[in-house]
Amino acid sequence: MLPGILGTKIGMTNIFDEEGRCIPVTVVQVGPVFVTQVKTTETDGYSAVQVGYGEKSDKHLSWPKFGHLKKAGLTHNVRHLKEFRVDKTEGFELGQEFGAEVLEEGIDITVTGTSKGRGFQGGVKRYHFKGQHMTHGYMTHRRPLSSGATGPQRVFKGTRKPGRMGGDTVTQKGLKIVKLDTERNLVLVDGSVPGPNGGLVVISKVVKN
Amino acid sequence: MSKQSILRSVTEALIRTDLPDIKPGDTVRAHTKVREGGKERIQIFEGFVIARKNGGIAENITVRKISNGVGVERTFPLHSPNIAKFEVIRKGRVRRAKLYYLRDKVGKDARIRELR
Repeated sequence: MLPGILGTKIGMTNIFDEEGRCIPVTVVQVGPVFVTQVKTTETDGYSAVQVGYGEKSDKHLSWPKFGHLKKAGLTHNVRHLKEFRVDKTEGFELGQEFGAEVLEEGIDITVTGTSKGRGFQGGVKRYHFKGQHMTHGYMTHRRPLSSGATGPQRVFKGTRKPGRMGGDTVTQKGLKIVKLDTERNLVLVDGSVPGPNGGLVVISKVVKN
Repeated sequence: MSKQSILRSVTEALIRTDLPDIKPGDTVRAHTKVREGGKERIQIFEGFVIARKNGGIAENITVRKISNGVGVERTFPLHSPNIAKFEVIRKGRVRRAKLYYLRDKVGKDARIRELR
């Protein structure tokens, strides 16, 4: 079985559990994903399964990708290709389809997505700088102020400054699957997941040691 | 299927259809289930609705009452399974959707006319 699956964030809503508690959930539509390549230790040096997800027009299909998908027996273009590392590649076949049945209700998961882009932001929003007083005669309010000591006579690389925020790959750990609808490939995740509605998310199962 | 319709379909089964028509200004009696020491009993909260917030499954009403001279407000999720039932005792005639101004009124000013 695949160690995870790709999906699209649909949005958030609430549901009530058996005890009548209101639980905030994120609805993720997962799959179907198709196995496009099986990598083994002999041929690639490590074992992994590559899957394709999403629809995309054939207009943008390049010849190399066409050949890659043809080898897997796929007749349509896919938007995303993603690799999952596995211990054993037995049981995976090219073109094999996976859906929500990869996951189970109640299991711990990790969700990876691309956070919402915030544009150019100041230090207060971007790095939670304290800022200065709004009143009492202060004439600076949200500036980053000091960039470091005068000794080195330069600003160190990586010093936190205003700049582009968001649009990063964010991994949210410690999430749970509240409910699973294998018929419609819907996953209800407890709490929020990174990214905008309609964004790509990768749900991976937590491996317990 | 659009994203909105998927979200609606997820909560569809949990939406209650046995609810009376509750509007701001109405006097309602909310029967809530309270679990104490393994036993379940019904607790009643009676007051007038000062706000109703829509939002599908998250739809809720704010009920206000004066208890021992102190204003008490409680918000009830309409579709919660923890609420046994709602009873509408009296329909009120009000001209606003949100009756927050009643919080500043005391005594006779805080009354709501009955809808006839």
